[in-house]
Amino acid sequence: MKTRLFLIVLLTVLLGACSSTGGSKQQPSASVDDRSGAGDNGDVNTYGAGEGSGAGMSELDDPNSPLSTRIIYFEYDSSDIQERYRDVVEAHANYLVNNPNVVVALEGHADERGSREYNLALGERRALAVKRQMTLLGAAASQVRTVSYGEERPVESGHDDYSWGQNRRVELVY
Amino acid sequence: MTMRSLLILLLALYIGPLFAADELEIIIDRGVENTLPIAIVPFNWSGAPEMPPVEFALTIGNDLQRSGRFAVMEEADLPQRPVQFQEVNFRDWRLLGMENIVLGALKALPDGTFEVEFRLIDVYRGAQIAGFRIPATAKQIRRTAHRISDIIFERLTGIRGAFDTRIAYVTVRNNDDGSKRYQMQIADADGFNSQVLMESSEPLMSPAWSPDGRQLAYVSFESRNSSIFIQDIITGERTRVAGFSGINSAPAWSPDGTRLAMTLSREGDPEIYIMHLATRNLERLTHDRGIDTEPAWSPDGQKIAFTSDRGGNPQIYEMSTNGGRTERLTFVGVYNARPRYSPDGNSMSLVHGQDNTYRIGILDFRTSDITLLTGARLDESPSFAPNGSMIMYATTGRQGSELAAVSADGSVHQRLALQVGEVREPAWGPFPPEMP
Repeated sequence: MKTRLFLIVLLTVLLGACSSTGGSKQQPSASVDDRSGAGDNGDVNTYGAGEGSGAGMSELDDPNSPLSTRIIYFEYDSSDIQERYRDVVEAHANYLVNNPNVVVALEGHADERGSREYNLALGERRALAVKRQMTLLGAAASQVRTVSYGEERPVESGHDDYSWGQNRRVELVY
Repeated sequence: MTMRSLLILLLALYIGPLFAADELEIIIDRGVENTLPIAIVPFNWSGAPEMPPVEFALTIGNDLQRSGRFAVMEEADLPQRPVQFQEVNFRDWRLLGMENIVLGALKALPDGTFEVEFRLIDVYRGAQIAGFRIPATAKQIRRTAHRISDIIFERLTGIRGAFDTRIAYVTVRNNDDGSKRYQMQIADADGFNSQVLMESSEPLMSPAWSPDGRQLAYVSFESRNSSIFIQDIITGERTRVAGFSGINSAPAWSPDGTRLAMTLSREGDPEIYIMHLATRNLERLTHDRGIDTEPAWSPDGQKIAFTSDRGGNPQIYEMSTNGGRTERLTFVGVYNARPRYSPDGNSMSLVHGQDNTYRIGILDFRTSDITLLTGARLDESPSFAPNGSMIMYATTGRQGSELAAVSADGSVHQRLALQVGEVREPAWGPFPPEMP
């Protein structure tokens, strides 16, 4: 209960900070506990509130806009952007061109098959492929951050073609 | 594997001291041929009326059974339970075809410590091969059992035992609110005595032991990007050694402990670097536009093997740590990744993918053949025991990822199932320093 209250307060503070600066560079922090071999050093939990959305994001919320598509899926061991996502990438690139203060994070992911470190590299390659496309279409490189989670953050936990297809993706996070 | 021995193995986990809630459960699920028969007589316990702190005969028996080289006699079949050498009725044991027996005693001393005594006896010669008396504190007592397993293993096979070693691995649990809890844990090689080294709400990856077993390098996403940390296992103190833009992954210690090989994409795409730990200076090793990752040092520290897709799909390559020519090592199949040299440097474990199955294979450098050791669909992260006798890896079980081990010849398979949540990326630690 206390944590939740703390989160709400933190969220409010963060949102306030965002709307006054027009865009957020706050990183959500993960909670981390270190423990020594000899015992617990105590819980050092810090909680972030997630990225607050900046001002003027309403266009992004229009369900009929290609901007509402925030996930781009990939083929196995491939970072090629499929034809059907061309409009989506273009719409997001245009949005960035028209909103030069906006920054988007591209989170690259892989399915669980094969080795984890290779998949981390694969997730990055996918994120970079989308970034390259966006910058070719005029977005500034500084507006596009990339991060790879490899196979560490699946959305589907099954071990089948459907789940793998859902997990091979780049998520666009504003 | 009979039902009864399975039951004994399972019982072994519930006898003894109170353990943390999340012990690994060991299930040996395939029989073995050409094994050395051995009997381990339950150790005589002289102490308080409660149970001894460690069931020595069971712990040692499990160790030897897991190695794939021994057939341990079931307790119910023992013809007698001698404690002293002169009580052994050799004729009875010879009739049963038993070649070696182990006798022992565990004594609780007034100061709260223990004394363990054991003898390894050659039944046919009617002679003692080894006999030791070892003092132990309550904390060391399980380790003492593994040390005895190591002594027996070495005396009878000529190979140094690796039972008194530790493993590191990553666990994942789902919280009720849908978030996840990642832990970096270490435990004894048989899954007991697990300890949490680090805990995070963001993914943890790639544990790697320093050669002296005192530090663990790993990858944490706590700052919303991969970073490489080194953590002291005793003090818990840790340092971020690589947090560049792009990926920071796949740490691997040089055999002399002075350098850390790693994968960084700070210059655009994933390349292998060597970090000199004293200065933090980085040396870039690979120069290729494809993915280069998963570096592994050869035991002599002269070479680094790694995974690269420069040829169109992931294959294993090798180069000198001084740079120079890169040589491709794998040619069979379309997916070979995550190399780890065997401790003797004659072979390499890897992940071999074909037709949607990913298995653990061994590449023999003399023949260039890959032998597949496992048969599940999604096996990964192989790690050699420091004596090269076994390989631990991650496989897919009922609750997601779980640990498994296979003898290096592929004959004995076992699973180490954590009772709650997933467990993955096992890293087998080095031989321990000698105990005083």
